[in-house]
Amino acid sequence: MRNFAIALAAATLVLGAGAGAVSAGEYEITVDRVGIDTGDFTRTGVGFNGASPGPVLRFREGEDVTIRVTNNLTESTSIHWHGLILPYQQDGVPGISYPGIPAGETFTYRFPIVQSGTYWFHSHTGFQEPDGAYGAIVIEPKEPEPYAWDREYVVQLADAHPHSGNRIMRNLKMMPDYYNRKQRTLFDFLGDAEDKGFGAALSDRKAWGDMRMMPTDIEDLQGFTPLINGKGPAQNWTGLFSPGERVRLRFINSSAMTYFDIRIPGLEMTVVQADGNEVQPVVVDEFRIAVAETFDVIVEPKDDRAYTIFAESMGRTAYGRGTLAPREGMASEVPALRQAPLLTMADMGMAHGEHGGMDGDMAHAAMGHEPPKPEAVDHSKMDHSAMGHDAPKPEAMDQSKMDHAAMGHDAPKPEAMDDSEMDHAAMGHGESEPLRGPDPFYAPGSGLKPEAADGGRFLSYADLKARAPLYPHRPATREIELELTGNMERYTWSINGVKYADAEPIRLQYGERVRFKFVNTTMMTHPMHLHGMWSILDNGSGEWNPIKHVISVAPGTTVYMETEVDAPGQWAFHCHLSYHADAGMFRKVIVEGGPPEEAADLAERERG
Amino acid sequence: MHRFWKRLAGALIPAALAASAAEAEPLIWGIQVEQAEYRIGEGSDVAAWDFDVLAGSDELKVVWRSEGEYATGEEAFETLENQLRLQTPVTDFFDAVAGVRLDTPKGPDRIHGVIGLHGLTRQWFEVDADLFVSDHPSFRFEVEYEGLITNRIVFVPSIEFDLPFTDDAATGQGAFGPTLEVGGRISYDLVDRLVSPYVGVHYERKFGETADLARADGEEAGAVFFVIGTRFMF
Ligand SMILES: [Cu+2]
Repeated sequence: MRNFAIALAAATLVLGAGAGAVSAGEYEITVDRVGIDTGDFTRTGVGFNGASPGPVLRFREGEDVTIRVTNNLTESTSIHWHGLILPYQQDGVPGISYPGIPAGETFTYRFPIVQSGTYWFHSHTGFQEPDGAYGAIVIEPKEPEPYAWDREYVVQLADAHPHSGNRIMRNLKMMPDYYNRKQRTLFDFLGDAEDKGFGAALSDRKAWGDMRMMPTDIEDLQGFTPLINGKGPAQNWTGLFSPGERVRLRFINSSAMTYFDIRIPGLEMTVVQADGNEVQPVVVDEFRIAVAETFDVIVEPKDDRAYTIFAESMGRTAYGRGTLAPREGMASEVPALRQAPLLTMADMGMAHGEHGGMDGDMAHAAMGHEPPKPEAVDHSKMDHSAMGHDAPKPEAMDQSKMDHAAMGHDAPKPEAMDDSEMDHAAMGHGESEPLRGPDPFYAPGSGLKPEAADGGRFLSYADLKARAPLYPHRPATREIELELTGNMERYTWSINGVKYADAEPIRLQYGERVRFKFVNTTMMTHPMHLHGMWSILDNGSGEWNPIKHVISVAPGTTVYMETEVDAPGQWAFHCHLSYHADAGMFRKVIVEGGPPEEAADLAERERG
Repeated sequence: MHRFWKRLAGALIPAALAASAAEAEPLIWGIQVEQAEYRIGEGSDVAAWDFDVLAGSDELKVVWRSEGEYATGEEAFETLENQLRLQTPVTDFFDAVAGVRLDTPKGPDRIHGVIGLHGLTRQWFEVDADLFVSDHPSFRFEVEYEGLITNRIVFVPSIEFDLPFTDDAATGQGAFGPTLEVGGRISYDLVDRLVSPYVGVHYERKFGETADLARADGEEAGAVFFVIGTRFMF
C-alpha cells in the first residue's frame, strides 16, 4: 500500500516535470494523497506535488506569479499563502476569499510579489494542513540584504501525528485531555509533598481542582513526531557546510499545535529576520518559534564537525532534530529533553502566583467564562494621548522592573547596521544576562517563561526591532479589544466568548490604523494571525516595533499589535493552532472602503 | 425557541454540508463505554455494561445511554434500561439533560421521563443527577472520579445511589428504600485511550423496603463482586 502511494507520488512528480515547460513566474502545484513516514510511524496524509512537505517555492520580489493548483483529492481543498500581502481574492481561505478548490478542479492564483523573506503555504481546508499539506516560500529581495551568507537552508518544522486531524478533533471534543499524557499523578503528588510539605502540596492540588484546570495543559496535543523538512529525529535531516562558512537557516514552524524552542549546541545564532521582515540583528543561543512564525538566523560553524539542530517542543514532550555537518552521514550528540514545565497561577491571570484563598468562581471570571464582551469594542472616542500612544508599552511591561537600556531603547539605528560585517559586540551580545529585565511577554511568575539551556541568551519578543519602519509611525486611530477565551473542559475556543460560527465580522475602515489589544484569559498560548495586512507588534520599540504576521500571546498576558489598514477586502483572523481555530478562535475581518474598484468588488461579494 | 431548533438542526445535520474549514461546525460523535464487565460473586455471576453513544454539537448533543445487568445463572436481565437524552450546556461545567428512559428487564416494562444535570464539580468529580418522572418516580445520583496513579494506570472509584419514591413491587422497589452501588476499578490504557482493561470490586446493597422485597424474594440485600472488564472509547 505504501509502495503504491510512493509510486503514485513519483508519477505525480514526473507529470509535474512533464508539464514543466512553464515560463518564469509560472508554477504548477498538485494537491495529492501522499504517504508520510516519520521514522516512528507511517500514515497517509495530504501533500503538494506528491510529497509532504511540498516544494520550496522561490519567488522574486517584484515579479508577478501565476500558480495553477490542481486538486487531486476526492474532497475540496485550498492553498493559503501565509504572510503574503496580496489581493484578498488570492488569499486562499474557503468561505472568505473564495469557495475553495473542488475535487478534480484547478484554480489559478495570480498575484504580484511585493515583499521578500521567508514564508510558507498550506491548505486552509479542514485539517489538511495538520495532515501534511504545507510547503515553504522563499522570496528573494530586489535589494540585497545587509548581511552575507554562503549557503542557506529552509528548516521547516512540523508535528506529524499518527491520528488524522478529524479524529484528533473528535477525540478532543469527547475528552479534552485525550492526548495529555503529562498529567499530575499520585506519584507527582507524593514528590511534591516530599519537596514542599504535604499541606502545600495538597493546597496546590486543591487550587487547580477548584478551577477544574490542569497545570499541565501546555500541549493539548501530544503524541506527535516533530519533523524537520519532513524527517523525524531518527531520519536526521542534514544540511552540509564547509567549516568557516556562514549558513543562513530559514526556520518555519508549520506545526498544527506545537511551539518549539530551538538551539544548535555549540553555535550562536544571529537572528536577522522575523516573519519575513528584517530585524536589527540579535545574537542568541536559543529562541522560541510560535506556530506559523518564521525566523531567519545566520550561523557560522567553524569546526570540522557536526552540529545538532535541536527543536524541543514547548511542553517538552518531543523534539525535532536535524544536523549541520561537513559531510553526509555525520551526527552530533542529541541533548535530552528538559523537564516539562508546569503552568502557575500567574498563567491563570492570578497576579504573582498567589493562590492562597483563591476562590474558584473568581478564577472563572478571570478565565473568561463570564458573559461575552461586545465584539470589537470601539475605543475611538478615547483620548489618545491619555492612552499612551506616544510611548506605547505592553501592559505587562508596566508592572515589571525593566531595564530600559537592556530593552534596547537605545538600540542602534538601522543605518548603523548597514555593513555586512557584523560586529557582535555592537549587536548587544556583550550585554550580560542579569541586565535584562523579566520578559514582558510572559506573566510575572509564569511557568512558561523560557530559559536558554546553557544559561545563554534566549530571544524575547522584546529583542525584536525592525531594521526599518515599514510605515510612518503614527498613533492608532482606534483600539479593538479581543479577549482570547475558551473552556478547556468542553474544548471550545473563542474570541470575546463568542465562537466563529456565532460571531459578526470585525469591520475595519481602509486607511485607519487599528490597535488590537489581545487579552489572553485562557491557560494556553495562542499564535494570532491576521491575513492580508501586517501585524506590528508593540514591544515598546516605537517606530522600530517589529513587523510580523503572527503574534503569540502567552497565558495571563496582554499584548498589543497595530495594523495599517491598507488592504481592502475580507480576511481571516485566527489563532493558528489548528484545533483552536477550528473550534472557533477565528474571525472574519472586513476592510471597508479603499480604491473604488476594490470596494465595488467587495460590495458585490457581500451581496453574495 | 427559534434558536433552540436552529441548534437542534445544527446538531443533527452533519457539518459535511458546511463549505469551509473556518465555518465547519464539526459533528461531535463518539462511543464511551464506562463499564463492560463480568461480575463474579457468591451467588449468580453478572454481565454488566454502562455506555453512552453521543452525537451533536457543542450546544446540543443527543445521547443514547444504556445500562444493564444480565444474571448468567438465571439467564435473565436483572436491569435493562435505555435512555435517549438531549444534553445542553447550562454552566461552564454542567449540562442539563432531558429525555426518556425505558426499562425492559424481567418483569413489567417501565417508561420514565428524565430531567437531570451532568457535569464536573470542583476537584474533578464527574456527576450525574437525574430525576425520573413517571407513575414510579425515582432519583439517581452518580459520582465518579479518575485518580491517576500513573498517566496510564487509573483508579476509578464510583458511587451510584438510587432512590424510588413509590412502591413498585413488580420491579422490587420499595418507597424510599435506596439501592447503593459502590465500585473501585483499576484500569490500564492498553491501546491509546481506546481500550482500557480493568479489574476491581463492585458492591451493591439495598436498604429499607427495597431490601425487604429482595429478602422476601429469597435474595440477599447486599452482594460483593470481583469484576473484570474494559473501558472503551471511540
Ligand atoms: Cu489558540
